[in-house]
Amino acid sequence: MPEIHLDGLVKRYGTVEVLHGIDLRMEDNEFTVLVGPSGCGKSTTLRMIAGLESVSDGEIYIDGKPVSHLEPKDRDLAMVFQDYALYPHMNVAQNISFALRLMKRPKAEVAAKVRHVAEMVGLTEFLDRKPGALSGGQRQRVAMARALAKDSRIFLFDEPLSNLDAKLRGQMRAELALMSQRVEKNMIYVTHDQIEAMTLADRIVVMHGGYIQQQGTPEELFKRPANKFVAGFLGMPPMNFLNCEIEDRGGETFVVGSGFAVKLHGENANKVKSHGRRDLILGIRPSDLIFSTEARPEDSLTLDVKVSEYVGAQSVLMCECGGQTVTVELNSETPMTLGETLVFEVNPARVHLFDRESEKAL
Amino acid sequence: MATEVTSHAKTPRQASAWINRASPYMFIAPAVVIMFMALIYPLGYMIWGSFRDWDPSQTIGEAEFIGLKNYVTLWNDPNFLESLSVTLRFAFLCVSAEMVIGVGLALLLDRNIRGMSVLRTMFILPMMIAPVVVGLMWRYMYHPTVGTFNRFLEDIGLPKVDWLGQNALTSVIIADIWQWTPFIFILALAALQSLPRSALEAAKIDGATAWQQIWHIKIPLMMPVLIVTALLRLIDAFKVLEVILVLTEGGPGLSTEILALRISRTATEFRELGEAAAMSNYLLMILMLLTVSMFAFNKLQEIRAARVRMIAEEDA
Repeated sequence: MPEIHLDGLVKRYGTVEVLHGIDLRMEDNEFTVLVGPSGCGKSTTLRMIAGLESVSDGEIYIDGKPVSHLEPKDRDLAMVFQDYALYPHMNVAQNISFALRLMKRPKAEVAAKVRHVAEMVGLTEFLDRKPGALSGGQRQRVAMARALAKDSRIFLFDEPLSNLDAKLRGQMRAELALMSQRVEKNMIYVTHDQIEAMTLADRIVVMHGGYIQQQGTPEELFKRPANKFVAGFLGMPPMNFLNCEIEDRGGETFVVGSGFAVKLHGENANKVKSHGRRDLILGIRPSDLIFSTEARPEDSLTLDVKVSEYVGAQSVLMCECGGQTVTVELNSETPMTLGETLVFEVNPARVHLFDRESEKAL
Repeated sequence: MATEVTSHAKTPRQASAWINRASPYMFIAPAVVIMFMALIYPLGYMIWGSFRDWDPSQTIGEAEFIGLKNYVTLWNDPNFLESLSVTLRFAFLCVSAEMVIGVGLALLLDRNIRGMSVLRTMFILPMMIAPVVVGLMWRYMYHPTVGTFNRFLEDIGLPKVDWLGQNALTSVIIADIWQWTPFIFILALAALQSLPRSALEAAKIDGATAWQQIWHIKIPLMMPVLIVTALLRLIDAFKVLEVILVLTEGGPGLSTEILALRISRTATEFRELGEAAAMSNYLLMILMLLTVSMFAFNKLQEIRAARVRMIAEEDA
């Protein structure tokens, strides 16, 4: 429930700085997902909040109180680890109740709590098994149950699903989403999987190279990425980037690159005018390129199909446009052969433009 | 295919088949011979000798066969029983103290401090010194007038201690602890460092204090290693000889006369080879018991692990 505030958080290992001043505010009952490629500092940030890593500079506030000098046990939080981190010598019930037993809670209360959370995650029949006798998914549930039993106000997840196989991961993801609606806690979730981030988060924080790139709701980040990194990281298949120049053609603004010339409309045209620089990057998501036979040339890309990946109802096509690769999606029923040239209509409202130097969105 | 197997004149094919079958036995034959000469024969000789009233001037054939008399005599001999009790006390006190100190040190030093590797090497030095040297060293340190300990006690104004007299057994135990704690320290440290880091982190988050982490997580997870280590040390402690021989020669009285020492004196001073052999067999039985329990413990662990795996697979 509490509000967590990271104020200029810095982490150094020796002389190497891996986190460069993270500022972040996580509100009550919010599900925040820290997402980014490996080595971006997301796990380090989480472990600093947990108290497992020391803070080199800056401060962590929980409900306005500085906590960076406190031991993990004094921060009132629960955590689910990537490798589950179960106690191998204790059975499931003992694993779940460990924190409660350390708190010297009455036996009846502990037993009731264990039963309650075991029921919640579907472990009731495995309570007297050792972790070694459980499957990966069951161990994952035990880790979840153990964190739930603690009744802490802050819930930390460190890549909790990445050790599961794809099918189980999807199932657990759905269960997690359900659980996060029922449990009123401040949850912070670290993952490198953008699908987990998009489906679970109230708020996504995209990190890269020890900096926060952007934060906001999944929709905000998807629709208005702040820079090229965020745009390319979220969304599957990833956004297409094409180098382009701005040209005025009879009063209209065009982005022109090798093999294409697309007319900009409304807001985008205004942004380009006020920006000033002429060399940009054009970003278009595969989902915003619609196969069309009657699109006007100034609203479309003409693509040579190189590779087709059949993934079911949709096929993902790798195409070429003036020497640059463009990915598009196409209904698998559409008759098409490799090497063919197809025309895709650009949705002009969903075109993203980035400065080529700073890679920031216009 | 050749079918005439009646004649001795084997076909080359049959000869090579015979060599094939025999070759494993030919390869292990030298090992069997050496094992027989070095292990089975002396052991059998000792067991055989323990049933005889045997003086060193006789050959084993001349000695009179007296059945179990040596064993019965020993069981009624207060000196032997005292020696047995000294050995048991020595072994259990030494190993308990060594376990506590060794595991304690390992828990303290399981961290990244600058110069840790040098420190660790220094800790295991006592183990590398020859036992006779250890005995001599400690004898001089325990010396009543010029020894390090009493001079130190005198300097700080405390009364002297009669180390190798009144407190001989304690003194001998201290020397053994000094020499063998490092053994337990190394194994405990290795066990500690192979513990799953994340389980310890989870315990921290679950609210365990440093002590609770040790009691509830570290010690239970180290237990399999610790049990085997303790058994190994016990087996060793039952056979200790050199350090005590040099320090006290078993005295004063019988206060430090452990079994190994008594065996050697029975054979050389009392010239009772049969009795010495019977005593050796008693010691051997104790050690066998310990060894078997160690193997049994390991086997038990394996069975338990296999059962756990089986349950997991049935579910999957």
